[in-house]
Amino acid sequence: MTPLLQVTGLVKHFAGTRKLFGRAATVHALNGISFGVEAGETLALVGESGSGKTTAGRTVLRLLDADQGAVVFDGIDVLAADRSTLKALRRRMQIVFQDPYGSLDPRMTIGDSIAEGIDIHRLLPRSERPGRVAQLMTEVGLDPSFASRYPHEFSGGQRQRIGIARALAVNPAFVVLDEPVSALDVSVQAQVLNLLQDLQRDRNLSFLFIAHDLSVVRQMARRIAVMYYGRIVELGPRDEVLEHPRHPYTTALISAVPEPDPATQRTRIVLPGDPPSPTVPPPGCPFASRCFHPAKDARCESERPELRALGSTEVACHHAETPAA
Amino acid sequence: MTPLLAVENLRITFPKGAGLSVPVDGVSFSIAKGERVALVGESGSGKSLTSLALLRLVPHPGVIATGSAIRLDGDDVMALEGEALRKIRGGRIGLVFQDPMTSLNPVLTVGYQVLEAVTAHRKMSSREAKERTIELLEEVGIPDPAGRYKAYPHELSGGLRQRVMIATALAGEPDLLVADEPTTALDVTVQAQILELLDRIRARRGMAVMLITHDLGVVAERTDRVMVMYAGQLVETAPTRRLFAEPAHPYTKALLQSMPRLTGPIGRLASIPGMVPLPHLWPSGCRFHPRCPIRIPTCEGEVPPWRSAGPDHEAKCWLVEGRSP
Repeated sequence: MTPLLQVTGLVKHFAGTRKLFGRAATVHALNGISFGVEAGETLALVGESGSGKTTAGRTVLRLLDADQGAVVFDGIDVLAADRSTLKALRRRMQIVFQDPYGSLDPRMTIGDSIAEGIDIHRLLPRSERPGRVAQLMTEVGLDPSFASRYPHEFSGGQRQRIGIARALAVNPAFVVLDEPVSALDVSVQAQVLNLLQDLQRDRNLSFLFIAHDLSVVRQMARRIAVMYYGRIVELGPRDEVLEHPRHPYTTALISAVPEPDPATQRTRIVLPGDPPSPTVPPPGCPFASRCFHPAKDARCESERPELRALGSTEVACHHAETPAA
Repeated sequence: MTPLLAVENLRITFPKGAGLSVPVDGVSFSIAKGERVALVGESGSGKSLTSLALLRLVPHPGVIATGSAIRLDGDDVMALEGEALRKIRGGRIGLVFQDPMTSLNPVLTVGYQVLEAVTAHRKMSSREAKERTIELLEEVGIPDPAGRYKAYPHELSGGLRQRVMIATALAGEPDLLVADEPTTALDVTVQAQILELLDRIRARRGMAVMLITHDLGVVAERTDRVMVMYAGQLVETAPTRRLFAEPAHPYTKALLQSMPRLTGPIGRLASIPGMVPLPHLWPSGCRFHPRCPIRIPTCEGEVPPWRSAGPDHEAKCWLVEGRSP
């Protein structure tokens, strides 16, 4: 089965700021990632800051221009699409941003914000617009009588619901959710996660769920891609990746999650240092400088491991066959 | 034995229109020497204001109401002025904030900022002060401390900046370190490093730590006792293990149930309807009653008393069986 979205070898580099003497350093944000998202499924991109997960989401939607690679959505080449094709694609591919405060225009009523996509794509006659807005607000759990209010009158959780209604207004098939709950309190986070799952079921939506929180990802995703240094280091079914991680970084990431249960005693792997500088890619495995794998050897420093299949998952580690911990 | 810190009936008021808003309303607790205590709550619960009040740093136009008592090692903090108050701020009580980028001065070297804290509370020669600063940078695990002395905050990663903040807080040799969301802005692997560091320093120096957080996961592994705050009041306090095993207050229970987990069955998350109300809209009776799944008519009209829910375990709820302590 061909996935709804297929991403192949996506590369994005940013030109850095020029130093006083010397050349501008290039930031290697995305160093060739490939993945597919099937209709109705959630693929999670997990990683820490600087891993490239946000850049990946934006490049897929062509909010950023890729340097290399291919993005194919429902048979259409997204990166090569002309203006009118891109406009049609934007109706079917949407995004919900992390910051519910910064992503809504403070001078627009939330009704107008929600309907903006409907207006741009001329999906409805003017007379049917208020009814549609009310219907969308109800669907995301907002009181439709608030349509004429402004964003500052709403809490973080409510604003995130507005952002979701705005994305859904054009009936997309695929939505990038970029850290949709990380700015929210725990109790509100649960409300929004439940809402997203209900909407996915009701509308058969595909999600690219970008997050740093593995517990949230476990709740939401069918498959998980773990990113490190602009690359996918492990990709596989949720339970496989979380219960039998094969990349040492995945193992460390899982062990670092604080579990709200003092009775479970786990071995915590505390990684030393930080990832390498994004302007100076190391020749070998980018994780080698922090790696604790017992089989780590000179090859890790010199030869970059490519993603390869191992059982039902894919791993980018020379020593994935040997358990890391 | 007198506790290190004793807070009684802390009330913080802000003018609101013609009346008053009381975001912290009648909070009492104590912390023993060397103890690790967590103050947990969602945004708007009043937890950060409570911590600032310990240093008499409540932001204008807020005031600590008369009748509030704060005692540090027997000294009446409310009565202190001038030099004596300064000795507490950054001296006997050290503060670490969430965001090390905004709490460090971007135009001063990190060494200078730690040095400032070192000399603020102790007279010493400039050579001694510099040596002491480098020792502190080393104590918080900054690699090449003498070299990093001359670095500016933007040249350090988030984790290293937070280590600098901790060094600054340790400079005054505090008896109590108040850490307000010290790892919320950090990646999970870096968070693990910082929490481990705080724990090690605490054990070595024998100081008490008050961890203020919204993250119950962080609390579970790093504290002895937890205090749960809701709408300006404490609602439950218990030894950490007990709180997680047998939460008594419906709010604590709901909070624990609404968290996605890394292990165990995956089902629909239990969410708490609504959100934390604003201080001028706090409900009558039990402040949690509008969101409480098990409320009874009494909860709406009458303020619940503290009731014993087990050894060292109390909850402010009408429905907790057990004698009032």
